[in-house]
Amino acid sequence: MATLELTIDEGVAAEPAKRGRRLGLLFWMAIGWMTFMIAVAILAPVLPLPSPTDMDMLERRAPFSAEHWLGTDGLGRDELSRLIYGARISLVVGLCAPVIGLTIGGALGMLAGYFRGRFESVVVGGMDVLLAFPPLILAMAVTAYLGQSILNLTLILGFLGVPAFMRVARAATLTLARREFVIAAQALGATHARILLRELLPNVALPLLAFFLLAVAVTIVVEGALSFLGLGVPPPISSWGSMIGEGRESLDVAPRLAFLPAAAMFLTVLSFNLVGDTLRALTDPRQGAL
Amino acid sequence: MTGNTLLSVEDVVVDLPTPRGNLRAVDHVDLTVGAGQTLGVVGESGCGKTMLSRAILQLLPKKAKLSGRVMFDGQDLLQLPPEKLRKLRGRSLAVVFQDPMTSLNPVLTIGTQLIETLQEHLELNDATATRRSVELLAAVGIPAPEQRLAQYPHQLSGGMRQRVAIAIALSCEPKLLIADEPTTALDVTIQAQILDLLAREQRRRHMAMILITHDLGVVAGRTDEVAVMYAGRVVERAPTPALFKKMRMPYTEALLAALPKLDAAPHTPLPAISGRPPDPTRPLQGCSFSPRCRYAMSRCQREKPGLEAAETSAHQFACFHPIETHADANV
Amino acid sequence: MLLFVARRLLYLIPVLIAVSLLTFFIASLLPGDLAYTILGDQATPENVAALRKDMGLDQPVWIRYFGWLGNILQGDFGRSFRTGQTVLQAVTERLPVSFELMILAEIMGLVIGVPLAIVCAARSGSAFDRFMTGSAFAMLSVPAFLSAILLIYLFAVELRWLPATGYVPFTEDPAGNLRFMVLPALTLALAEWPGIMRVLRSDMIATLQEDYIALAKAKGLKASRILFVHALKPSSLTLVTITGINIGRLIGGAVIVETIFALPGIGRLLVGAIYTRDLIILQGVVLLVAAGFVIMNFIVDLLYAVLDPRIRHGHA
Repeated sequence: MATLELTIDEGVAAEPAKRGRRLGLLFWMAIGWMTFMIAVAILAPVLPLPSPTDMDMLERRAPFSAEHWLGTDGLGRDELSRLIYGARISLVVGLCAPVIGLTIGGALGMLAGYFRGRFESVVVGGMDVLLAFPPLILAMAVTAYLGQSILNLTLILGFLGVPAFMRVARAATLTLARREFVIAAQALGATHARILLRELLPNVALPLLAFFLLAVAVTIVVEGALSFLGLGVPPPISSWGSMIGEGRESLDVAPRLAFLPAAAMFLTVLSFNLVGDTLRALTDPRQGAL
Repeated sequence: MTGNTLLSVEDVVVDLPTPRGNLRAVDHVDLTVGAGQTLGVVGESGCGKTMLSRAILQLLPKKAKLSGRVMFDGQDLLQLPPEKLRKLRGRSLAVVFQDPMTSLNPVLTIGTQLIETLQEHLELNDATATRRSVELLAAVGIPAPEQRLAQYPHQLSGGMRQRVAIAIALSCEPKLLIADEPTTALDVTIQAQILDLLAREQRRRHMAMILITHDLGVVAGRTDEVAVMYAGRVVERAPTPALFKKMRMPYTEALLAALPKLDAAPHTPLPAISGRPPDPTRPLQGCSFSPRCRYAMSRCQREKPGLEAAETSAHQFACFHPIETHADANV
Repeated sequence: MLLFVARRLLYLIPVLIAVSLLTFFIASLLPGDLAYTILGDQATPENVAALRKDMGLDQPVWIRYFGWLGNILQGDFGRSFRTGQTVLQAVTERLPVSFELMILAEIMGLVIGVPLAIVCAARSGSAFDRFMTGSAFAMLSVPAFLSAILLIYLFAVELRWLPATGYVPFTEDPAGNLRFMVLPALTLALAEWPGIMRVLRSDMIATLQEDYIALAKAKGLKASRILFVHALKPSSLTLVTITGINIGRLIGGAVIVETIFALPGIGRLLVGAIYTRDLIILQGVVLLVAAGFVIMNFIVDLLYAVLDPRIRHGHA
């Protein structure tokens, strides 16, 4: 983190060509881990892995071996394979849900920040109501009523992200709408749609993208928490959260069953946070780095 | 300088590392202030006068490098252990900053900010400290001082805040008060009042004062000695009457010419000093003022003039072609 | 100040109404019918119809909403159809546990975060500062249920110093109560301190650049007085603002932590209600928690005004 801050300070003065190197080793390690996790999750069906659901009652909680690299769980399922298939669930929910928030929140925020007036008041007021619910509670209540499924979980986590994306987009639009290039476009008689899409969107997109990465981290955590409690993805599907929840039962005999998915989740969340935070600092209009 | 020396600044250099390279803010400055005397330090913004005052107070930014000696009351402030330095600050070495809008803490009452200084250095109980605070506020011309104690800085006008800042500075009867552009941020109508207040309290308390300003007019009637700074160096130094009678350094002359005159005809343009002060991260080989000086000759660009005495030892200036003599040099 | 409070109070009313609306309509997302859920396997068309009439489910949705809201305004939040306990009873019984947990957690979070922030700000750029800001950043990526597992493994399974689960009321056995509370509160505090530290540290670094801090030094004040009296208060405004957001996370965290450590608080009531599909309790708890959250944010707003005299006096 500290090295990151330093590199950002210097990045302001440095020419863009050098920025890549100045982002620091940690940044690139985080990118590496993210790429690796996503690649493994996509390729899971073609990788030479044992089935994550095949039980082998003779090999329960088996230690690391050549056959089971990371051992087996309480039902004799291959732990490595479960981790990778768990990553698919965690990443699908973690990446898809923020897309909903990004699209709806981003659009609302840009419109609110650009048109101002009553529309802005309604949007901001509506978001205040949504923010009046502690997010995890709202997610739990809605999945309880709608029923547990990956789709429902993704939808509700996505909607929960709308207010935050709205704020980011609105704040960025508010500052940009006063800049010369927007005023110049207005003076030239450009339509609202043109200004929003051609002038504002490319500039709002960067802070939104940075925030998207942070939102992925939060979503993975919330999905994990829900699944950990058994309120997220329905069994027999398992995400990292539900694996940690199952591993909790055998902390005394095989703590690795909880700690392996925990480590995978921690590293992934940390990577998204690290990359998102770096990009946010770079795109923060107050720092004027971009 | 008559009387015993209270403060002597000896060969002080302040370097600030910046992304663009080293910035020499104060460049080998020597100054002295006698007990009860007033020294005016004059120069444009960025000439290093504020950094000099911060160097004396040992309040430079963490990254700054400071060398030389700052002898105050027989002790070198640079060598003083932090705890001793702390006991000195506020007690015998006080300061008034430029902007009273930012130099008072917005979340503490006027009373707290006054009383804490009193109680830090003088062993006063709450009642005595409160009474002293009221007296101090009254002394600096604040009406209804009792009520002010419970008020916050934002409830006072700029002029009133600067009076509070002066009251805080005066609270422990310091031997030396450093007033760093005390009137720059104030309305013109208030400026003279604050300056007169400082001068009055300075005489009454027999305290020494360093009055830092960009305005030669301010130091004219209110100081014993004046030092003119340019690009981190003292370029002219003289007893105030001597300086105004016969200034030698072209920069001082230009500063004086830039002051508006009451007897000038309407719409007379002010003779601004052309050009800009040199980039302090790119020091010049010769005289720092030479690019803007109308008397500059080729020697001025090659060599740096030292600070040398003129007719009287008290009047020093750093110039190869001082005013009045330049005509001879041209022959 | 009074005007400020009145204005904020006025804003509270539409938000609370909207919260009640949203809570009510989330409940109507339920596929099928509440009556089927309640009757479960024994549902026959006749007794479903009877129950629907009994519960007023045959009426239009907005009539049901106003009926529900009317009952709530009279203090009737409904009654569990499983235990027969009223929502209000169930909540008041468990509220002290959740409050104790959250207050302990927030105190622990502040005790860890505030001094670290001050030290790091006073020595910003030092090795210690870099290490701590790095650790805080890493800790932000450790959700409560991960640190809970870690703490249980360390203190309950390996060292056997503290119990992993259980609870006694403070009034019965204060020491025992605290023994049960340490790990859950610490779990939440571990999630709280990084945010506290990061925000306070960066504000504090900005404050330490201010003229009034230079003047405080020039006045010869002690370093501790400068940091705690002159710098801490003006630096804590953002901290107070994010406390409002933090409460939301804290409530969410409390739900998880209460479930993991088997503490009989609101969170466990909620999770239990979901497991047993006790939808009346669920609806009531969600409404009460959201209302409580809104009110806590209101209090945070007031605290903001207390900290900054400029807001109190209507400036800025």
